[in-house]
Amino acid sequence: MATVDTTFTRRKILRDELIGLYGVVERNLYLTKRYFLWDLAFLLWTIANTLTIVFISRGVSLPPAAQNELATKLLVGGVIWAFLGIIFEIVTETVAWERWEGTIEYTFMAPVSRSVHLMGMGVYAVLYGLVRAAAIFVAVVAFIGIHLPLANYSAAVALLAIASISFIGVGMMTAVLPLISPEKGTQLGFVAQGLMLVVSGVYYPVSVLPGWMQWVAKISPATYALRGSRNAILRGAGLAWSDVWPLLVIGVFSIPIGLMVFKAGERYAKKHGKLKRSG
Amino acid sequence: MERGECVAILGQNGSGKSTLVRLLSTLLLQDGGTAHVFGYDVFKEPRKVQRLVNRVSVEASFFKKMSAAENLAYAARFYGMGPRETHAKIPVILERVGFPAARRGEPMENLSRGMQQKVALARALLTSPVLLLLDEPTTGLDPRSKQEVQTFIREIRLQHDSTILLCTHDMKEAEELADRIGLLDRGELLFIEPVEDVKERYGVETLEEAFFAATGRTFEDEKTEDDEEREVFA
Repeated sequence: MATVDTTFTRRKILRDELIGLYGVVERNLYLTKRYFLWDLAFLLWTIANTLTIVFISRGVSLPPAAQNELATKLLVGGVIWAFLGIIFEIVTETVAWERWEGTIEYTFMAPVSRSVHLMGMGVYAVLYGLVRAAAIFVAVVAFIGIHLPLANYSAAVALLAIASISFIGVGMMTAVLPLISPEKGTQLGFVAQGLMLVVSGVYYPVSVLPGWMQWVAKISPATYALRGSRNAILRGAGLAWSDVWPLLVIGVFSIPIGLMVFKAGERYAKKHGKLKRSG
Repeated sequence: MERGECVAILGQNGSGKSTLVRLLSTLLLQDGGTAHVFGYDVFKEPRKVQRLVNRVSVEASFFKKMSAAENLAYAARFYGMGPRETHAKIPVILERVGFPAARRGEPMENLSRGMQQKVALARALLTSPVLLLLDEPTTGLDPRSKQEVQTFIREIRLQHDSTILLCTHDMKEAEELADRIGLLDRGELLFIEPVEDVKERYGVETLEEAFFAATGRTFEDEKTEDDEEREVFA
């Protein structure tokens, strides 16, 4: 039997994987460019949605300073909801969009590791999510007139970036769902987003939750992202180690677990012939 | 298959042709048995096999809003081709398949099926596959596009070192392009040999007659047969 040499140096393999990661980010940039107006419309919807939450502060009878603080807390909750939503959406598109376009078979037969493929989606999701979160934040602050004299924006952005490691890990777990159920899998990403935020104090302090939910909040990365971002925006706090280390620990576990879950789903899909187009 | 050979696998819808291509592309896991591509186990060493294989299927399948050049660049990145390399190679490969240079930046959704299939061929060739899997590459194309794609496949055979596995239900196409013909029927390979040997073995003039002799059924029977068993291999 004829054989072909496929031996590659580690350096060549690493180079190819990095080019693969770049390719995923580049492709997402192309798609954002092509769907720019649709994305803009979705951004307007998210801004409107965030406004409906933040306007609650204007209906509460409080002194102006307390009202401003409540508005800021709600705004941070709304922005993180949107940020998390876009990360889950983009990472879930790893399968969903490619299946719809019919490119999924070409991508999954290519010699690039699934971890690099998913990380490429995650990197783009975080970059796009941060730009989008900033746009929502600025629009709502300008519209409602929130005063943020002490805000430490760089600390808030850095914290979101650190939290994103965990968010991507969880996103990888939800990304596998369209492989298992092409019809309903994508929507289940929203379930994960909602469940994570409801226990993390998205619009309220974690202390108001029942005891068991407060325990769950401890292992949710969103808890620390929300707490740290609020402190940075309201009080000008820097990166607090008490927020950073739990995020790093959760991130260290969530990425490998996310990859493991995705690979198990991929194996299931290959065993049952579910890697076909469905659009 | 030998290196540089073109083998056509014939079979009706549901006979297992696409399943064979998906197995060799590492997109399916086997229920049993083994498969090797130039010495590498498809199921145990998928990454090595993936470096050697590319395919063109009946559906061109692209990101519709992206252009031909963008789609090719995306596919090439997964094979370790950086921007500088694709910038140089994509125009050349598109020109070779007869794709107009002026339309390189146009979204794929604006292109005809024949044009899209040319880009699909370019995508597969861009990565210089050692084994090229063609799964009904001309099905559904108008006669002119079909001829153009077939001409290009002949060119690939002449100019590249590619080994080609062509799955088709077009017997004429198989006879014209392949060195050997295999007949896949309900998941079972009935024979794989040069077309003249097939005709001689069954004492017939055409491949249609050979199909009848080998299976006891005509192509027409196959088209009307409601056989659930065949769906297993669809």
